[in-house]
Amino acid sequence: MAAISLRVNGHVHAVDVDPQTPLLYVLSDELHLRGPKFGCGLAQCGACTVLVHGEVRRSCVMPVSAVRDQEVTTLEGLGTPEHPHAIQQAFIDEGAAQCGFCLSGVILTAKNLLDENPKASDEDIRDATGSILCRCFAHTRMISAIKRYQRSRA
Amino acid sequence: MKKRISRRDFLRTTGALVVCFSAAACIDPLAIAQGPFDTHPSHIDPDKLDSWIAVASDGTVTAYTGKCDFGQGMYTVQTQLVAEELCIPIHKVKLVQCDTSVTPDQGTTSGSQSTPTNFNTRNLAQAAATAREALGGMAAQRLGVPADQLTIEDGVFSAKDGRHVSYGELIQGKHFNMAVNPAAKRRSPGEWKVLGKPVPSLDRVALMTGTFEFVHNVHVPGMLHGRVVRPPESGATVGSLDEKSVQHISGLIKIVVRNNFVGVVAEQQWQAAQAAKALKVIWKPGTGLPPQRNFYDHMRTQPSRDAMLVNSNDVDDKLKSASPVLGATYSHPYQAHGSIGSSCAVADVQADHATVWSATQSVYPTQHGVSTLIGLPLDGVRVVFVRGAGCYGLNAADTVSYDAALMSQAVGKPVRVQLTRQDEFISENYGSACVIEQRAVLDTNGAIEVWDCETWVASLGGRPGYEKPGNVITGMLAGFDPETITPRAAAEPAGELRNGNNAVPSYMRGCVNDKCAGAGSIRSERVLMHSVKSPFFTGPLRSPLRLQNTFAHECFMDEISAHAKADPVAYRLQHLRETRIIDVVKGAAKAANWDARPSPKPGAARTGKVTGRGIACVAYEGDNGYAALVAEVEVNQASGEVYAQRFVISHDCGPISNPDGLRNQIEGGILQGMSRALGEEITWDDRKVTSIDWESYNTLPLGIQVPAIECVLLERPSEKATGAGETAITLVAAAIGNAIFDATGARLREVPFTPERVKAALASRG
Ligand code: FES
Ligand code: FES
Repeated sequence: MAAISLRVNGHVHAVDVDPQTPLLYVLSDELHLRGPKFGCGLAQCGACTVLVHGEVRRSCVMPVSAVRDQEVTTLEGLGTPEHPHAIQQAFIDEGAAQCGFCLSGVILTAKNLLDENPKASDEDIRDATGSILCRCFAHTRMISAIKRYQRSRA
Repeated sequence: MKKRISRRDFLRTTGALVVCFSAAACIDPLAIAQGPFDTHPSHIDPDKLDSWIAVASDGTVTAYTGKCDFGQGMYTVQTQLVAEELCIPIHKVKLVQCDTSVTPDQGTTSGSQSTPTNFNTRNLAQAAATAREALGGMAAQRLGVPADQLTIEDGVFSAKDGRHVSYGELIQGKHFNMAVNPAAKRRSPGEWKVLGKPVPSLDRVALMTGTFEFVHNVHVPGMLHGRVVRPPESGATVGSLDEKSVQHISGLIKIVVRNNFVGVVAEQQWQAAQAAKALKVIWKPGTGLPPQRNFYDHMRTQPSRDAMLVNSNDVDDKLKSASPVLGATYSHPYQAHGSIGSSCAVADVQADHATVWSATQSVYPTQHGVSTLIGLPLDGVRVVFVRGAGCYGLNAADTVSYDAALMSQAVGKPVRVQLTRQDEFISENYGSACVIEQRAVLDTNGAIEVWDCETWVASLGGRPGYEKPGNVITGMLAGFDPETITPRAAAEPAGELRNGNNAVPSYMRGCVNDKCAGAGSIRSERVLMHSVKSPFFTGPLRSPLRLQNTFAHECFMDEISAHAKADPVAYRLQHLRETRIIDVVKGAAKAANWDARPSPKPGAARTGKVTGRGIACVAYEGDNGYAALVAEVEVNQASGEVYAQRFVISHDCGPISNPDGLRNQIEGGILQGMSRALGEEITWDDRKVTSIDWESYNTLPLGIQVPAIECVLLERPSEKATGAGETAITLVAAAIGNAIFDATGARLREVPFTPERVKAALASRG
């Protein structure tokens, strides 16, 4: 195995794993990141979502070799508990979670959509979140939080 | 010599500062580095104040609770409770949840029992009140002023002359060494400063910024990774195993077999995942499954264990002589907990002690189960709760804890086990399938004279409790038998009605031996319940049986009121006599601006999109919370699709500990209920479960048109606090089913209301 170089949340790491290893396992097990989570491992739920060059990606089905030298951002890379990103702040203000396990998919997907299309309609938001699951069904507050972030950018 | 760490040392050394950023870091100095610890249950005596509360010399308070948070807000609200009773700000409270070495055994966190348990007259609340009074006594002595002349604020007692003394100065980090006083005076809702307020959940910032530690994030030094290899079909057993099939996988440490349990352990998670996939096991087939097509009929022919809940002994006679007898049969499928995160646990089993980090709802019962499975004495096993994804009942958290313990024991190293999505779907204990048959007779005035209800419930296994590791799949595979049904005829009801499963409709008087504990007025009443053996493991799923029963009762009530040509709200009120349920029904109808008239809606079109409204109500578990829900739906009669547009709920859980947390529970409960009502169903073929991922098991994604939800919270500060996590979800299938009927005149009697079933019901309209 040759070391693979990764750039995650602004830090450079070299990891010595099989290049086919899903990015999620590297982020969780090697780098001990807590944002992306194992939900399904099948690209069906969104819990493992990360941004690669700002684009939404499901890290459970992405081989680590595919992001060699690319900038990866996880939920904890957006902001910190002391200085949350504006969208994280919107979710904090709305209390938009129960267990919170699904949040990487919810927050990163909404951020990606609204950063690219600040005027996204309700339907655009529904489209973008059409394959994101929250089994606690905190939908009401999540949608409020997404809209709060949208307003804060306007 | 190894040092034996007692709870006393634990308190002394870590005092009130026990909350750690990382669970593993928190445990290390105690268990891993220093060997066995004192976990004998009696060591944490719930009657002793020091078992619950420790006050450090800086005045901060550590509280120990056996009820934990899965995202339902128990962490925040229990912190509020302790802060309230001790008159200190929230940030001075550190709550330690569910750890067999330091928290009292409070059994299982489930069934909407945490608030009743810890907020009423026992346990955590009473301990905190005892501590406040004890400190008050010390302050009185110190200041030479009677305790009732002292004021107390932010953990400081003050005399009128301005002299004051703080908790920290009084106790100086020492133990109380006294019993919990059952008569210690609780602060009343009128005095509340912290409880009753919409305190933002304390975990929110960590969750939103991705820094919260879930059990999935626990790392223990030297930890390996395990995966399970479950039987591919129900009841299959291990025939033989081809070890060569995984030889090529680097990092593979061991194939673990115990009876029919098979797992693999590797250095890295990816290696374990590949090994689990590649491992060739020759399975001996199981006996097959009863066809799903006619499963509900099959249930009714099985030997059963019967219970008669109420019986006025006049029902058969009245049914015989009456005409017409109204009747309907309802069915509810197996449903999955389907936690968003597949379950995970970490175990470190050494020769003489073991630690398990687990998202179980039951640390103490899990400690017993693990001890039985791996053959270590009970006080050598420590189970530490670390939160998982929302579980909604008995998901696979217990079984994966057993998986981790078995694999760690086999390799003598810490092992983390992550179930795959497919593993999760075939490893969990589903919510039970139910068939509910209803019959009723009306009197000459159109009121209900007789209500007869017969229920069949499929069950197998359940919570392992302290004794039955075979109640979940891993225990069974490892050779322990699950609890099964011993057929038995029903005895006549005795004692007093306990309606914990809401098997008895709210409209019955619920009389047993002249004591009538029901919420309604119907005198000729009978409820008979049959438990039959399930082909799948079952266990509590949010509002277990309460939801299935309430679906059938509230839809049948709606059918009867339609037959009587009465308004469904007025007709319900006519048959109810318990004030709290009456008030929620009235409250919901008022807030929803209820359109009072019989259903179905007159003059509705038979094609295209139509709308309607429906109501349902419940006295949850008989007396553990009250709610009524109005649903407004649109039905597309061409496609069979149902869209819920608006829900209005009126909710009474006694005094409200945290209105924001309560609303969050209600909103989530309603939408989860909608997902279960409209799409969720476990499916199988003749050999195996076929709903094994999010394509084969329906769940409503985030990107739906989210219905408006309005909550009317009825405050009853002088009542006891009740549960509130399961009340709302109990009503959703019934309210939606009734609204579909109102809109279309078609009655859905089988959950979920899929477009196919809706179309079939529409086609069979008269
Ligand atoms: S874990 Fe990657 S999409 Fe579910
Ligand atoms: S908050 Fe629990 S799954 Fe979304």
